[in-house]
Amino acid sequence: MKVSLKWLRDYVDIDLEPLVLADCLTMAGLEVDAVEEAGPAFDQVVVARIVSVRPHPQSEKLFLCEVTTGTEALPIVCGAPNTRSGNTVALAKVGATIPGGFVIKSSRIRGEASEGMLCSEEELGIGDDNTGIMVLSPDISLGMDLKDALGLKDTVLDIGVTPNRADCLSVIGIAREVAAITGKTLRYPEIDFTENSEEITSMTSVAIMDPDLCPRYTARIIKNVTIKPSPAWMRERLEAVGLRAINNIVDITNFVMMELGQPLHAFDFRFLEEGRIVVRRSREGEHFVSLGEKDRLLRSDTLMICDGVKPVAIAGIMGGLNSEVKDDTSTILLESAYFHPPSIRRSSRWFGMGTDAAFRFERGIDPEGVVRALNRAAQLMAALGEGTVCKGAIDQYPRRIEMVRDIVLRPNRVNELLGTQIRAAEMVNIMERLGMTVRQPDASRYLVTPPTFRVDIAREIDLIEEIARVYGFDHIPVTMPGAAGMPAGETREQVLEGALRSALAGMGYTEVITYSFINPVSADQLGLKDDEPRRDFVRISNPLTEEQSVLRTSLVYNLLDVMSRNARVGCADLKIFEIGRIFFRHQEGELPEERPCVGGLITGNRYDGSWHNKNRSADFYDLKGCVEALFADRKIQPVRFEAESSQPFLHPGRSCRIIVGRETAGFLGEIHPDVLERMDLKSRAIVFQLDLEILRLHEKEEIAFREVSKYPASSRDMAFLVPVAMEGETLCRAGYEQYEVLLENVAIFDVYAGGNLPEGMKSLGLRFAYRSTARTLTEEEINVAHNRIVKNMVETTGAKIRGE
Amino acid sequence: MLKTLDELEKEAILELPGATSEDALNELRTRYLGRKGLLTQMLRQISTVTAAEKPLFGKRSNEIKESLAHAIDDALEMLKASRKDQVLLKETIDVTLPGRGVRLGRLHPVTRVSQEICRIFSRMGFNVVEGPEVETDYYNFEALNIPKDHPARDMQDTFYVEDNIVLRTHTSPVQIRTMEKMKPPVRILSPGRVYRPDSDVSHTPMFHQVEGLMVDKGITFGDLKGTLTYFLRQIFGADILLRFRPSFFPFTEPSAEVDLRCVMCTGKGCRVCGQSGWLEILGSGMVDPAVFENVGYDPEEVTGFAFGLGVERIAMLKYGISDIRLFFENDGRFLEQF
Repeated sequence: MKVSLKWLRDYVDIDLEPLVLADCLTMAGLEVDAVEEAGPAFDQVVVARIVSVRPHPQSEKLFLCEVTTGTEALPIVCGAPNTRSGNTVALAKVGATIPGGFVIKSSRIRGEASEGMLCSEEELGIGDDNTGIMVLSPDISLGMDLKDALGLKDTVLDIGVTPNRADCLSVIGIAREVAAITGKTLRYPEIDFTENSEEITSMTSVAIMDPDLCPRYTARIIKNVTIKPSPAWMRERLEAVGLRAINNIVDITNFVMMELGQPLHAFDFRFLEEGRIVVRRSREGEHFVSLGEKDRLLRSDTLMICDGVKPVAIAGIMGGLNSEVKDDTSTILLESAYFHPPSIRRSSRWFGMGTDAAFRFERGIDPEGVVRALNRAAQLMAALGEGTVCKGAIDQYPRRIEMVRDIVLRPNRVNELLGTQIRAAEMVNIMERLGMTVRQPDASRYLVTPPTFRVDIAREIDLIEEIARVYGFDHIPVTMPGAAGMPAGETREQVLEGALRSALAGMGYTEVITYSFINPVSADQLGLKDDEPRRDFVRISNPLTEEQSVLRTSLVYNLLDVMSRNARVGCADLKIFEIGRIFFRHQEGELPEERPCVGGLITGNRYDGSWHNKNRSADFYDLKGCVEALFADRKIQPVRFEAESSQPFLHPGRSCRIIVGRETAGFLGEIHPDVLERMDLKSRAIVFQLDLEILRLHEKEEIAFREVSKYPASSRDMAFLVPVAMEGETLCRAGYEQYEVLLENVAIFDVYAGGNLPEGMKSLGLRFAYRSTARTLTEEEINVAHNRIVKNMVETTGAKIRGE
Repeated sequence: MLKTLDELEKEAILELPGATSEDALNELRTRYLGRKGLLTQMLRQISTVTAAEKPLFGKRSNEIKESLAHAIDDALEMLKASRKDQVLLKETIDVTLPGRGVRLGRLHPVTRVSQEICRIFSRMGFNVVEGPEVETDYYNFEALNIPKDHPARDMQDTFYVEDNIVLRTHTSPVQIRTMEKMKPPVRILSPGRVYRPDSDVSHTPMFHQVEGLMVDKGITFGDLKGTLTYFLRQIFGADILLRFRPSFFPFTEPSAEVDLRCVMCTGKGCRVCGQSGWLEILGSGMVDPAVFENVGYDPEEVTGFAFGLGVERIAMLKYGISDIRLFFENDGRFLEQF
């Protein structure tokens, strides 16, 4: 809400500097977003005096003047009849701008030089006199800026009015606050006009068919108005608050709306069929053409203002083209009404018309201010439109708008809640300054009735807020609450997330955070099958763009997207991870399932390009090592990596399912070349994703210490020849099957294929470690155990021992 | 005779510096001190020395023998040491070459700031709780005293999934879910992703909020001021200037916007603070009695305060980031700086 200080001063005296006033309002809850200079749309217009006047040799209507600004003398050609020597005048110098955007240039008029222009009030937009140039008081100093000389400068405050303060959506409303804060007196505009003898009831009638949506409707008729531009003072005020001046009648309705906060509408009475007003809900299929000449199909429950036959306005939102004020309008039916706020809000949203009127009605106007605004506008139409106001007003008020009365306020409660020691008398003083009526039935409480424009105040807490904000938040003492009754700690989920973040960062992976919503096309890019549940997205019904219209069902696309963005800026080596949720749709009406996950991606070279390292592309085993380290860190077991080719976006031969306990916790694998191609990615990438809830269930937080053996381990290395397809783990597992207590560990230390090995076979080099916690093992003992184990491995897997 | 002995010593001393190799030194030792060495030969002539000179001759020749042996040993020792030095010298590396890359990963700035906020509040007894990101209209709005068709809904544009299901516009629904489940006293902190359809230099359609709630007997507005002042001093330093400004949130009353004296211009007015000298840093207020009633708490029994802040906003001020969209572009060159 914009408000000009000049306009504000019509209702309250202000002796504060604009910036100080802005600060006071801000600290009272009316946040001033900007303080701007305003005033008439001209500059470089100065006070000057005409020194001499001669007739123009080429024209009978023009004069040649010599004009002085006190410091320079200028020749000016002027055509005004009141061009007289000795007059103090307004001079637009060369380079000056005057309203309409005109820039004054040095020129020759009919052969005579003219270095500027002498202006009329109208030309400067500060008055309506266009009969001649402005003649100023001779006392004003020459050369002074005209705005300074005439006090034309204004300041506009842009105030962010919160949704609860409907009463501050008017100049009088802001003035009321200023008065309450500064202790000055508020002056309402004086409303005084004469009525003619013609009774309004003989001319028109108002019928409210739907009092639930329109509890009150008032009207007046003004006859014989002349449609013309508004006077400069009104235009200036409207323009200062950002409204465009149109004609006197329309401007008056806007002016009064801005002044008092009551939206009004003026109908051209001659277009109201049957000469009457009917307020009713629209009928299904009814059409209506609003002021913007837009044809709209109405919903059945929109409140409409109609004449005897058809709709003429959407109640509280916008008038109709069929009844608008035209240049030849002479009789006005003026409307001032109260509409049910939620219904106005529904309609204005439905039509997408957030008009100034709707904005005020949906926040709640003063039900008792309806008639005052009606009369104020009638007064102005009589004064500025030369109209005559017909006798009486129609005030249909079928349903009393209940106002809150006698709210109980307990001063003790105020201080208990705020942590203050405000005296009761001060509370009463604050409330009275805000226009509330305060009674005291007994010592411990007050009964408070708010003014009718404060539709936001209904409860004790609302009063406490008022007291607090006027008392000043700054004056409320700073205290610390007592210690917590219970200790604070992280949940196990948070501990896990924190640990994963630290571990991943420690392994060189950088955390990314990506949008939860993605492009539904991602499903095609990842090659998800048609019946895949991950295609059944949670869809946003009003997305900003299609690219952000569905909630992700995996982290893979987001990780690849980050890779793609980085590749575009020349960063091809990437190790990243994200912790975030994925979403699965449930039945309609139910919230989706949200599963927190961790996902990671590695691409490009394993090491920084540097003098030490041969550039080596990262591969499956880099990321697998990282995932294994996470499991080891959180003591998550048992874990299996099971070859799997069912993830359509993963390389069928280089991907696996990760099984924790008996549940599938996620996947790991190289991105399918088709996906890379579809996403225009140039280098291979490996990704993983794990479900955090499953990890949580299998992590062991307790640490059980096991004795460390004091005796040395002995190892035996052995190479096995197996088919290429045999998984290393199968062979290793066979090693443990004998439950040999002396066997500490079996590890693969070498994998080799090709060379002189038979086609289709590979060699796996295994290292067996034997150890006892009780003694140093003898060769004999080790050999017995080892031979038993190897024999079993050969028998159960078909592996051959190399070199035998 | 003694004179000859002295001369021998002088000769040997003169010869010593010339012996720069192990062989030369050993040769020197043999030549003077060996069984057929010059000194040994001279000692054999002791019989020719007069009885009076004998003790002195013996003493001198021993002295010379010892000192010469010592000198040769030392020279050999030095020779070995210098040879070892030379070996090490050959192994010299260029210490200015960069170390073998151990590159640590970085945590996202939003995570860092969010963790810092949680740490500060957990010291004051706040427990972290989380809730769903896709919420019902009830938890996101109605239970928070934001009825349908109320202008307060304009304060937050909303992504809808269905009529009554939204992407949460704030983490405040977690307040309601928590209070429904537990009795006072309550001290919770709820960080997480939130969503609003907005996109420009200072808005992204997804961002992070931390919401806090304290409910107990006798919690006051003064406690709200104290708690938030302590928190902001921890985050931005002890010398910051704050103001609590009346505002409006449907779920708190009285409500306060907390402004921080602009850290960029210290109040003179700049681009970052929009010339006002103040930065809006968080919203807060005393929990509205209507909210307590919605979760079955008695507003006459307990009072409390709630607050909410944007994590990106704090991160932007802390690190001097001017465009919020950078957080979600995940450019490695951006992320590496944290």
